Amino acid sequence: MLDISSHDVVLVGGGGAGLRAAIAISEAAPNLSVAVVSKVYPMRSHTVAAEGGAAGVRLADDSLDDHAYDTISGGDWLCDQDAVEVFVKEAPVELMRLEHWGCPWSREPDGRIAVRSFGGMKNTRTWFAADKTGFHMLHTLFQTSLKYDAVTRYDEYYVTRLLVDDGRVQGVVALELTTGKVQAITAKAVILCTGGCGRVFRFTTNAAIKTGDGMALAYRAGAPLKDMEFVQYHPTGLPFTGILITEAARAEGGYLLNKDGYRYLQDYNLGTAEPKPVLRSMELGPRDRLSQAFVREQEKGRTVAGPYGPVVNLDLRHLGAKTISAKLPFVRELCLKYEHIDPITQVIPVRPVVHYMMGGVHTDLNGATPVKGLYAAGEVACVSINGANRLGSNSLPELLVFGARAGRAAAAYAAEQKPPARHLLAQALDEEARLQEQFLQKSGGREPIADLRDEMQKIMEQCAGIYRSGESLAGAAGKLHELQDRFRDIRLDDRGHLFNTELISALELSCMLEVAETMAQCAMERTESRGAHQRTDYPARNDEKFLAHSMTYRTTEGRPRVGYAPVTITRWPPAERVYGR
Amino acid sequence: MANRITLEVTRYHPAHDEKPRLEAYEVPLRKEWVVLDALNYIKDHLDGSLSFRWSCRMGVCGSCGMTVNGVPKLTCATFLSDYAPGPVRVEPMKNFPVLRDLIVDTSDFLLKLAKSKPWIIRKVEKPLDEEYFQTPTQLDAYKQFSMCINCMLCYAACQVYGLDPLFSGPAAIALAQRYNLDSRDQGAGERLDILSHHEGIWGCTFVGECTKVCPNNVDPAGAIQQYKLTATMEWVKSFVLPRGAK
Repeated sequence: MLDISSHDVVLVGGGGAGLRAAIAISEAAPNLSVAVVSKVYPMRSHTVAAEGGAAGVRLADDSLDDHAYDTISGGDWLCDQDAVEVFVKEAPVELMRLEHWGCPWSREPDGRIAVRSFGGMKNTRTWFAADKTGFHMLHTLFQTSLKYDAVTRYDEYYVTRLLVDDGRVQGVVALELTTGKVQAITAKAVILCTGGCGRVFRFTTNAAIKTGDGMALAYRAGAPLKDMEFVQYHPTGLPFTGILITEAARAEGGYLLNKDGYRYLQDYNLGTAEPKPVLRSMELGPRDRLSQAFVREQEKGRTVAGPYGPVVNLDLRHLGAKTISAKLPFVRELCLKYEHIDPITQVIPVRPVVHYMMGGVHTDLNGATPVKGLYAAGEVACVSINGANRLGSNSLPELLVFGARAGRAAAAYAAEQKPPARHLLAQALDEEARLQEQFLQKSGGREPIADLRDEMQKIMEQCAGIYRSGESLAGAAGKLHELQDRFRDIRLDDRGHLFNTELISALELSCMLEVAETMAQCAMERTESRGAHQRTDYPARNDEKFLAHSMTYRTTEGRPRVGYAPVTITRWPPAERVYGR
Repeated sequence: MANRITLEVTRYHPAHDEKPRLEAYEVPLRKEWVVLDALNYIKDHLDGSLSFRWSCRMGVCGSCGMTVNGVPKLTCATFLSDYAPGPVRVEPMKNFPVLRDLIVDTSDFLLKLAKSKPWIIRKVEKPLDEEYFQTPTQLDAYKQFSMCINCMLCYAACQVYGLDPLFSGPAAIALAQRYNLDSRDQGAGERLDILSHHEGIWGCTFVGECTKVCPNNVDPAGAIQQYKLTATMEWVKSFVLPRGAK
């Protein structure tokens, strides 16, 4: 039953980071065979949904140091500054490379690439392709990747485990969705590029596929997950659907208004209400502070009651039809389609929504994890350039810079390794048997997937949201552990092999439960407030104790164990985060 | 508005069904629900074995194309209430082999896309610290065709593709044209060889159904007509210019 194939480097995930890595390998070492293994066709990957833009220093009055400072202060000093320095230096080069590959960047009238302002950035440096930047980047990368013969795609294959032997990752086991066949894909190096895990929460901008698969794969193989307590809420999601309204809407001059039509951010130490957008101020403050201001405003009873909970209003009307159509066409399309609202004449109801994981698989500057042969890049990884709060428009250049670095490093590593050992196949056979026993041939089973998933999402939202406490997190950790137990009694209606999406949902749920537990655990142990991690019982930042990355390891009993690693400080000593002045 | 609606959904599993059949499910009718939400309700609460693809639920990933009451649609952008009081028939996209339930095999498109060389082709490359200038007008020349999300609705609507699976099809041609019209590209001649013979653009009879169903106003029918012109020009050039010149 088992199929076997072999490559030099296997990439898990075919979004922005995965495709950039695949191309980097092909260019660095054209003789290496590369496999892109993805549970969806690469152009369906969630990079496609990124809207606002990609930051990289471009204008004469900007500097790499300014971009680094914005990123580090935005991350509340939890970023590794050596990583940030690499990132800001290579971001413009990577973005220009995409220009050479045909990305349809928006332009100035004279033909030069245009840039726009973005939240938490003191200079204008965000490259954009209208407000479908991620979509255009992903399709440019995917289409460009088609010209490299050394890249083999495994479209619609779901990776269920990593093959580890002799302390080295040497491939993956994957389910081919169309047939249900289990396949061992051996490799000298594996790069995880599977993105984040926003689906752990109920209300999220993240697509259905964002279930933390890569984080769970790495964690189970012994790699630590870093800074998992830091979850980004984007301040402006549409109610009910959680569809993202890009930060670019505020960068172009949009206002956030409470129920009285008042620009309430001025009450939260974010600056004064000027008619035109001011950088690092008010609506252009960082996402964590804006989402926290929403909760405070709600507590004061000044938000608007909506059918799906409280909202505030995003007002773009004063920008005029021309700016909205030219710079924010997708925002208008989404509002018209999903809210029956035209932002040219009406305000948009918005509320904070889970958007991005600052944490992820711990890597060095080249995407290498502590487990030999295993690399990670993009949202699944934590280098860390995002610290305690990522700045808008830093994630797209991150997946280019670190996707390329991980690709090159994995290629160099793979070139020196011997072919994987034959006895790895025993592990693949074990995995095939596990899938049969635990799911397809299991008798009985009482717990519906949807029920467990709903409960997990509710727990995370109630206990590990914008504001948390020791008590709420301890409750979450306990309940999540209970869900893990109940998962063993999972019920499947579908026991077939062919395109069994229910089996995939079950496997995804097991990843999410595992990842959710690590989030609750390290959030509980970080008894301070920093960036996106706000503890009501410990409201202050505590550099003495927590200027450190949390590192969560999986114990042999399958429980999370949290340790800490130092933050790398190069030139920007910890200081107060100042916005609006 | 009634508070329930019936969906008639294609069920098909090649291991135990000789041919596809319709199964009726009653689901809540909520005004903010799209057809995809109703399918997820069925999967979560009525029958976990129903299979379909979806991901972003915001009309940009292109996963959830199906046939809704006979018309190719993205189910995440098609509101259930527009079909009240129902029933709503949800079937797989036409013109593709059905793998199971609402899932079709679109791998043929991926092969055709690769053949149309959808990447920048240039004779000489600038160094990475230099950009290729492109005015907004030059960007507008191809921008519309770059909006294709590969959702395959145009193939499901294409009568030519339905009759002749060798036809490259609307999206692959629109994407070839997207690069041909890009001021940074010099590859139109190379793409010509692949697209201009029988299975290429000459098969299209300009029925225009592809453009009607496109959720992003890409206008593949327009691309095909433009491409016929480009192809003719390149063909004429091949007589008057030495080989390889542009």
